[in-house]
Amino acid sequence: MTSSLPLWVLPAIPLAGFAINALLGTRFGKSFVTAVGVGAAGLATLAAYSRLVPFVAGSHATVVETVTNWMTVGTLSIDISFRLDPLSALMLAFVTFVAFLIHVYAIGYMHHEATDAGYARFFAYLNLFLFAMLTLVLAESFLLMFVGWEGVGLCSYLLIGYYFDLEDAAAAGRKAFVVNRIGDYGFLLGMFGIFAAFGSLNYTEVFRKAAEQPAQFGPALSVICLCLFIGAMGKSAQVPLYVWLPDAMAGPTPVSALIHAATMVTAGVYMVARCNVLFRLAPEVMLFVAGIGCFTALFAGTIAIAQNDLKKVLAYSTISQLGYMFLACGVGAFAVGMFHVMTHACFKACLFLGAGSVMHAMSGDLDVRHMGGLKAKMPITYWTFLAATLAIAGIPPFAGFFSKDAILSSSFEAPGLGRLLWFVGLFTAGLTAFYMFRIVSLTFFGEFRGTKEQAHHVHESPSSMTFPLVVLGLLSVVAGWIGLPAVFGEHANVIGPFLAPIIAPIAGHEAAHEALPHATEWLLMAVSVAVAASGLYLAYAWYAKQGGRTPARLAASYPGVYALVADKYRIDELYDVLFVRPLAWLARTLWKVVDVLIIDGLLNAAAFLVELTGDFLRFLQTGNVRNYALTFFLGLIALLIFVVGAM
Amino acid sequence: MIGSIPLFDVLLVSGALFSIGIAGALLRRNAIQIFLSIELMMNAANLALLGYGAALGTHQGQVIVFFVIAIAAAEASVGLAIFVALFRHTETIDVNKINLLKW
Repeated sequence: MTSSLPLWVLPAIPLAGFAINALLGTRFGKSFVTAVGVGAAGLATLAAYSRLVPFVAGSHATVVETVTNWMTVGTLSIDISFRLDPLSALMLAFVTFVAFLIHVYAIGYMHHEATDAGYARFFAYLNLFLFAMLTLVLAESFLLMFVGWEGVGLCSYLLIGYYFDLEDAAAAGRKAFVVNRIGDYGFLLGMFGIFAAFGSLNYTEVFRKAAEQPAQFGPALSVICLCLFIGAMGKSAQVPLYVWLPDAMAGPTPVSALIHAATMVTAGVYMVARCNVLFRLAPEVMLFVAGIGCFTALFAGTIAIAQNDLKKVLAYSTISQLGYMFLACGVGAFAVGMFHVMTHACFKACLFLGAGSVMHAMSGDLDVRHMGGLKAKMPITYWTFLAATLAIAGIPPFAGFFSKDAILSSSFEAPGLGRLLWFVGLFTAGLTAFYMFRIVSLTFFGEFRGTKEQAHHVHESPSSMTFPLVVLGLLSVVAGWIGLPAVFGEHANVIGPFLAPIIAPIAGHEAAHEALPHATEWLLMAVSVAVAASGLYLAYAWYAKQGGRTPARLAASYPGVYALVADKYRIDELYDVLFVRPLAWLARTLWKVVDVLIIDGLLNAAAFLVELTGDFLRFLQTGNVRNYALTFFLGLIALLIFVVGAM
Repeated sequence: MIGSIPLFDVLLVSGALFSIGIAGALLRRNAIQIFLSIELMMNAANLALLGYGAALGTHQGQVIVFFVIAIAAAEASVGLAIFVALFRHTETIDVNKINLLKW
């Protein structure tokens, strides 16, 4: 152990990359920026794996490394300390790797997009993001996690608004920041609650106390977990705080892939899984988590059906998949939720990068109605996109099948509302297959529907972009194989036992279910594959073979419903009426009435009073020396009377 | 010798002189006359100092009087110079007509 890198080096490398690119990047041009930015990501990945390989090969014992004391106030003492345990190891493994691939991809993608200064800014932010994300993942205390949590939020804001001269992008950045603040507030309250209840913010201590005396903290934990989950809802875009994520697509595509699909948005799931000890002691909050997750999965899935913007479909699909992850956490299958986080990172990053590749070829156009037939011209993009689509749709043996199937069977066996959650999840799986294959059909099959210039311009992307695509496409196929269901044998599932020490059941709170019989499990699998396959086939038949006549007819016969779904249920408009406008009205009222009338009014009144007094008193200044002399004299007499009178 | 005069009489004369000075300073309009009245007040004060000094049998009263005389000389030269400058400017030394410095 002595020879291995200390954990603090991992976030420090991208931080250094950020500092160099931010300070010197504009001076030395694009190749320098590329070397520093991508180099930092690559080094961080290497450093991470230099710790991960011995960790996975070894005993999986939790390692906590304290760098220094950060602050000590009263009984609150916070160390800057990092923690490597199975959960953070899993996050670390894919965060660094996917981030590195996306850095590579960004070389090709951003090459035409930006000036030298913009290019440096982009890579600097990307490195800063990686720093914050690694801090979040490796932190040993809630407060240090919060530093990373806010850091990724900041980078998200900066990168959504990367094209800050576009009104939409700037507004989307602000929206993301404000909506995230609502969630962050919940996280903060949760942290206060944790400190009040446990007297510490360190994971080790908090979780130990909670596990030792579950009964003592019961009621407080419900409030704490609810607050923490509100934080997760903001960061991981769950109903009702999901509205920022679709708008966040205004950022460059590598950013959408890295931050708004693969890593940052899964931070909420990570946090909930990290606090599984606390959540399991608050069963009513768990039910709430499962309900929100399930509803979000369905809700976002239905919106995705009617969108025509490639990245928007992927954004809603991300929200929907995040819902799945919370569903898994809510029914107590935290390891399964984290498994889906991991597979989702692979295939969703691949999908976004594929979308970016298409966008690159289409000169920035993302409307699927203008595409079609790109299969022949962009074979690598097509095959990788197809692999990732099959993965997200849940077709075996692709990655998404295993994680999604695990989620569905966990909810099936959950007590109470389990069957209902399972059914909604299953239906959403069908939806997912349908809308994903819809965009595949529209983009890659059939005839090209764009302009002549676009048709002429369409080309496969450069190798810096196709390389990450191929790697992620392969991962979309194989990443699920570490979590095979129990029917494939006693030891087929690697990830569950790996995460088990972190997600250990609490004494007296073991999940009250026995493993499903194998026959049931096979049946569940068959059902979900059938649903996914029929979704795929329906989309293929309607959009690729038929050219979209049936859906067009359906849309025409129910114009109201179609418009509602296409307008994303007009939730943005609803929020506008419910929150934005009243707040704007309140702000304007405060400005016009409280500020201008009352505060400014008081100041002006004071000034006016002084002026008025002066207007009268100045007539004492006659300019006539004799008047002054007389005043002297009278004053002298008054003084004399006073002094003599006092004697 | 002032020591042979009772203190009360000295103060009486001094008070009378001071009152005459005040009346002159307040009632006169001619700047020179006001100036002279002020000199009169100053000398009334000198007289009182001398009287007290003699009554107490010390020299301190007389010492202060010397200072007052010296300063009065300086003050007289400055004051007269101001009047000369004033007269050159306004061609009058009637203080009622010199009231530019007002509201």
